[in-house]
Amino acid sequence: MGIEFLVRGALNYNEPGVLMAFEETAEELAANVTSLGFDLPALQAQKLLRVDHVHVDRSEIEETGEYDLDGLFIRLGYAIDTIGAKRVVLDTIESLFSGFPNQAILRSEIRRLFRWLKDKGVTTIITAERGEGSLTRQGLEEYVSDCVILLDNRVIDQITTRRLRIVKYRGSTHGTNEYPYLITESGISVLPVTSLKLEHAVSDRIVSTGIPALDEMFGRKGFYEGSSILLTGTAGTAKTTLAAAFAQEICRHDGRCLYFAFEESPQQLVRNMHSVSIDLWSHIEAGRLLIEASRPTLNGLERHLVTIHKLVAEFKPTAVVIDPISNLINVGNVGEVRSMLTRLIDFLKVNGITALFTSLISGSLQMDTTEEGVSSLVDTWISVRDLEGVGERNRGLSILKSRGMAHSNQVREFIITDQGIQLLDVVVGPTGIVTGASRLARQLQEQAQAVAAQQELERKDRELERRRRVLEATIANLRTEFESVEEEFRQINSQEQDRQQSTAKAKPSSASSAAGEQKPASQQPIT
Amino acid sequence: MEENEKPPESGAEYVLHLYITGATPNSTRAVRNIKEICELYLKGRHELLIVDIYQQPELAQGEQLIGIPTLIKKRPGLVRRLVGDLSDRARVLTALGLPPLPPSDPDPTNG
Repeated sequence: MGIEFLVRGALNYNEPGVLMAFEETAEELAANVTSLGFDLPALQAQKLLRVDHVHVDRSEIEETGEYDLDGLFIRLGYAIDTIGAKRVVLDTIESLFSGFPNQAILRSEIRRLFRWLKDKGVTTIITAERGEGSLTRQGLEEYVSDCVILLDNRVIDQITTRRLRIVKYRGSTHGTNEYPYLITESGISVLPVTSLKLEHAVSDRIVSTGIPALDEMFGRKGFYEGSSILLTGTAGTAKTTLAAAFAQEICRHDGRCLYFAFEESPQQLVRNMHSVSIDLWSHIEAGRLLIEASRPTLNGLERHLVTIHKLVAEFKPTAVVIDPISNLINVGNVGEVRSMLTRLIDFLKVNGITALFTSLISGSLQMDTTEEGVSSLVDTWISVRDLEGVGERNRGLSILKSRGMAHSNQVREFIITDQGIQLLDVVVGPTGIVTGASRLARQLQEQAQAVAAQQELERKDRELERRRRVLEATIANLRTEFESVEEEFRQINSQEQDRQQSTAKAKPSSASSAAGEQKPASQQPIT
Repeated sequence: MEENEKPPESGAEYVLHLYITGATPNSTRAVRNIKEICELYLKGRHELLIVDIYQQPELAQGEQLIGIPTLIKKRPGLVRRLVGDLSDRARVLTALGLPPLPPSDPDPTNG
């Protein structure tokens, strides 16, 4: 850490530094910190850094009376002056105590050293071993320093975490909590909650969920950009598929998505998602999607967090998917996971990155509590679960909460098809929402009913037709009947007329009546 | 206070370097003491170099100096460092490999 302070000072602020090492030689130091990405010899060549190894060997030293540590002062002063150093690191001052038995002199000299360094206007980091019951072994350094940072390394449940705490800092406010920190290839990283206050900017834009029907369930047809989404579900409820659909959607709209898979390898994920027609491979090839797969137990939580931070900084995604966060439980305890996720969510939010987490919940747990208790941290919470009944399991999806927009309260059944995820329309049966086979049964029943109704209708149509035909036949009958009656009547009528004429007139009239009778008879076959 | 930068390979049996800082009480005492010791025990057999590291600060690093004053015994035998004003004569003599009694004939080498 001391070296990082120096190197960063030299590189970023152009402030030369002096490292006074009591434990390691300059060569050893240079070799050791190369793994952290620091190039000490180059810095030394540029006169930005000076490493002075102070060799203290008890066996070579004989106290022969009064002395002081002016030698150290002069060396330091010389080193500072030659490169105009602004920063000084004294790496483990305790070594002096082992070399010089006279504690009284040493203590007063160290106090004088601190004073002297301050007067010289250089910033100094002094590393010290931690003592029993006190912050430092000599119980002195922490009182003369302006700022004390306590580092410690703890093993909890076989996982090591380095922690850092600012014990005091004169003239400045500081976070008083313990923060885990990490030593990585690019130096030390401490990841506190990036913003102590909740005042990140928010976006009003909407990103699609990747499933049109699911979009419809949200009042604004998707998630808010930069929000965090939690997807919980029991085993096999297609959390990953939903997450992948989201990732694909992001990529399809020229976004960049970073996918952390803690369960599947990238190839496996791509293959599996391909089977439901979610094509991740083309997005990976196009560089819009990055799948980072690792076992959760590979690293401590902090390292995961750092990995995420680093990749986010490098990849600059617009969305991050972590699948699943529940696996991280293996690595830390609930409190740690929670604090890590808080920081992660916070980090992503501040950067305006949409985050989707999946979380496996065990069936025995209550629906409303996720193990990590992150539910209160996220903006949108979608729950997928098994709807078990009549001898089968079906997947149901519901939105438990969605901050800042109206959302559907329905439990929607969804199926995974070759074409992707499809949400089915809600079918409400007499006993509530019906799913799966009962949905099918109900659909069949409805179909049968429809067919029956259709048939009934057709039957009625035919009946009507028959009736109509009967009616027409009857009408024809009646008409013929009527005609015969009419004819008869006419005949009678004409006969009556003939009789009247014959009675009223003479014989020639009977001949004309015979001709008149002939006419109607010839008409009959025509009708 | 300063003499030769580096002593030439002289034939002196004892090569002693005393590093001091100016005229501080400790330093002056140390100079006085070492001169006295040399006079008493090593007459004619030693080479004493007194360096003021205020004037040659780069030597402080080269010689791994921390405590001041420091007397470094380069020869004979192992290099020893004596930190302090050399007032504890018994320890100084032990460290230099000299017998405690002044008048008797000096121990040639202690290996």
